[in-house]
Amino acid sequence: MAIKTYLQAISDGLREEMRRDQRVFLIGEDIGVYGGAFKVTQGFQQEFGEDRVIDSPLSETAITGACTGAALMGMRPVCEMQFSDFVSCAFDQLVTVAAKQHYRVGTPVPIVVRLPSGGGFSGGPFHSQNPEGFFAHCPGLKIACPATPADAKGLILSAIRDPNPVLYFEHKHLYRRIKGEVPDGDTAVEFGKARVHQEGSDLSIITYGAMVYTAEEAAKAAAEQDGTSVEIIDLRTITPWDREAVLASVAKTSKVIVLHEDTHTSGFGAEIAATIAEEAFETLDAPVMRITAPDTPVPFSPPLEKAYLPQPGDVLAGIERLAAY
Amino acid sequence: MAVAREATPVESAEDVKQADLDSEDLLQIYRNMLITRGIEERGHILYRQGKIPGSFYTGRGNEGASVGVATAMQAMDVGTPIQRDMGVHVTRGTEPWRIFAQYMGRSDGLAAGKDGNVHMADIRLGLIAMVSHLPALMPVAVGAALAFQIRREPRVAVAWSGDGAMARGDAHEAMNLAGVRKLPVVFIVDNNQYAYSTPNRLEFACDHLADRAAAYGFEGVVVDGCDVLTVYREAHAAIEKARAGGGPTLLELVTLRMEGHAVHDDAFYVPREMLEHWKEKDPIERHRRWLKESGVLGEAVDDEITVEVKKLLNEAMKRAEESPLPDAADLDTGVYADPEELDTPHHR
Repeated sequence: MAIKTYLQAISDGLREEMRRDQRVFLIGEDIGVYGGAFKVTQGFQQEFGEDRVIDSPLSETAITGACTGAALMGMRPVCEMQFSDFVSCAFDQLVTVAAKQHYRVGTPVPIVVRLPSGGGFSGGPFHSQNPEGFFAHCPGLKIACPATPADAKGLILSAIRDPNPVLYFEHKHLYRRIKGEVPDGDTAVEFGKARVHQEGSDLSIITYGAMVYTAEEAAKAAAEQDGTSVEIIDLRTITPWDREAVLASVAKTSKVIVLHEDTHTSGFGAEIAATIAEEAFETLDAPVMRITAPDTPVPFSPPLEKAYLPQPGDVLAGIERLAAY
Repeated sequence: MAVAREATPVESAEDVKQADLDSEDLLQIYRNMLITRGIEERGHILYRQGKIPGSFYTGRGNEGASVGVATAMQAMDVGTPIQRDMGVHVTRGTEPWRIFAQYMGRSDGLAAGKDGNVHMADIRLGLIAMVSHLPALMPVAVGAALAFQIRREPRVAVAWSGDGAMARGDAHEAMNLAGVRKLPVVFIVDNNQYAYSTPNRLEFACDHLADRAAAYGFEGVVVDGCDVLTVYREAHAAIEKARAGGGPTLLELVTLRMEGHAVHDDAFYVPREMLEHWKEKDPIERHRRWLKESGVLGEAVDDEITVEVKKLLNEAMKRAEESPLPDAADLDTGVYADPEELDTPHHR
């Protein structure tokens, strides 16, 4: 067990899996000589060579399509979108080709797409987005959104070993800010199993990714303020997502906030809220509340971006409203 | 300004010898072209009989192009044929009865009813199933070539596109990546001069699509797609060059789409005289004539092959009609793969 940053944990997971499995290779823009825009793959080309750590042209379609082709030939490709925003350029390769190949003709496509996502640094409309909702709507893809260093490593290992196309969203704001214990060795984390980030009894917050920490800060403030006990469920993966864990928490607390950094309309929170309404209506003591980014592009200037991203204060206000309901 | 090389036609027996084909190969090419056209003609009948749901696409006029390229591929090679390339499936060994079952949405179709028409492929025969969004499989073929290069395997990927699909970005990104890494891939453009109703002059402004290859750092060749032997010779040379580490080639195979985009389309926008002109160039008739003139095919053998193909296809149609329709309970199976499915020779 060692204390690692979220970024080191991703790096460790990739490195260990590349050492263990010769079929794993990396491809992306500036990931080799430069070590990646965020340095996740720093030193990889020296260790694994130019054949297994490939600096590609600026071509998200070619990168993603090439991963599918290599996967069909028995490789285990992992590609990097330099920023998750650029996955829009690979949409067809993921949604049209990779996601549907197994259903159509029975050939598995074991690829991983790494997607540095999320805002908080004035990245503006094209370097800050959380596009997981687009892909959660597409059958055939799997989606991981780790929040802790242990999960960052455990889920990248599972993603590479999964026989399906996996989108692995790594939140940029967590890269160097979040440190935590990461178990040594082969510690794959199963997809579809949520984690109770903190136990509570008055209210549940269902969330994932960086918003786990926003929820934590708000919950701490609520506890200090009036002793409100908040349970935080970290989904870890949204395709598949752990309905049982969510419904169990709702049954326990009867009040629920669904929180994400993605925009509001048709965000993944809508799916969670609808499922709670369908499956747990009788156990609810208040309407399901969604706290999300508004339906706007991600703005650039700090005051605008701060207003865009759900803040601990917004979540605390939500907790107060629901607690009083 | 045209920069691509224009392939000279294969004419003499000496040319054929250089193309590395013996009599049996030449007859097998003939047989495969007949089976290809026969499958599509019978498919059209099944469609009119209401036995094929959805739409129906044929590749009439492209039999020489598709069979010629596939004949030049080795068993270990892989490819991503598109909707006019039935000859690739036939040449690689896809059983005709399964193709009819595919057309009719039956359980024994290559997509078991989950997808239809030419959206099929048998990965065990080295073929990867196309999608409608052409040429989305071009980058996929490039990825297969990348795997071969990483593993130092002497295998080649063949990527297909059409004249219309070459206007899309996937084509550019795929060829650029392949050129940069000198990958063992051969790009084929089935240029049948019409993308649905849109003629070449509204799809591209260069003289030949093969001219573009120079911009990616490899050779482009314009080939008469109605001449199966020339197609074979050029494909063979390009594939073996790629196998030897010489990088990609772009082959533009020029034909005319002799029927509509799909069977609902009467192709009124294709000038009659153009169709008449290209009918004279029919790839099957041309090869038959060449075989006869060269003494490879006598009347008796021709009759024998014709009867044999007819029997094969009639039996195939019958067997396909006996294949059950899929069970509605299978609707949600197969959306995700299970881990044990990776434990195949293919995925190793």
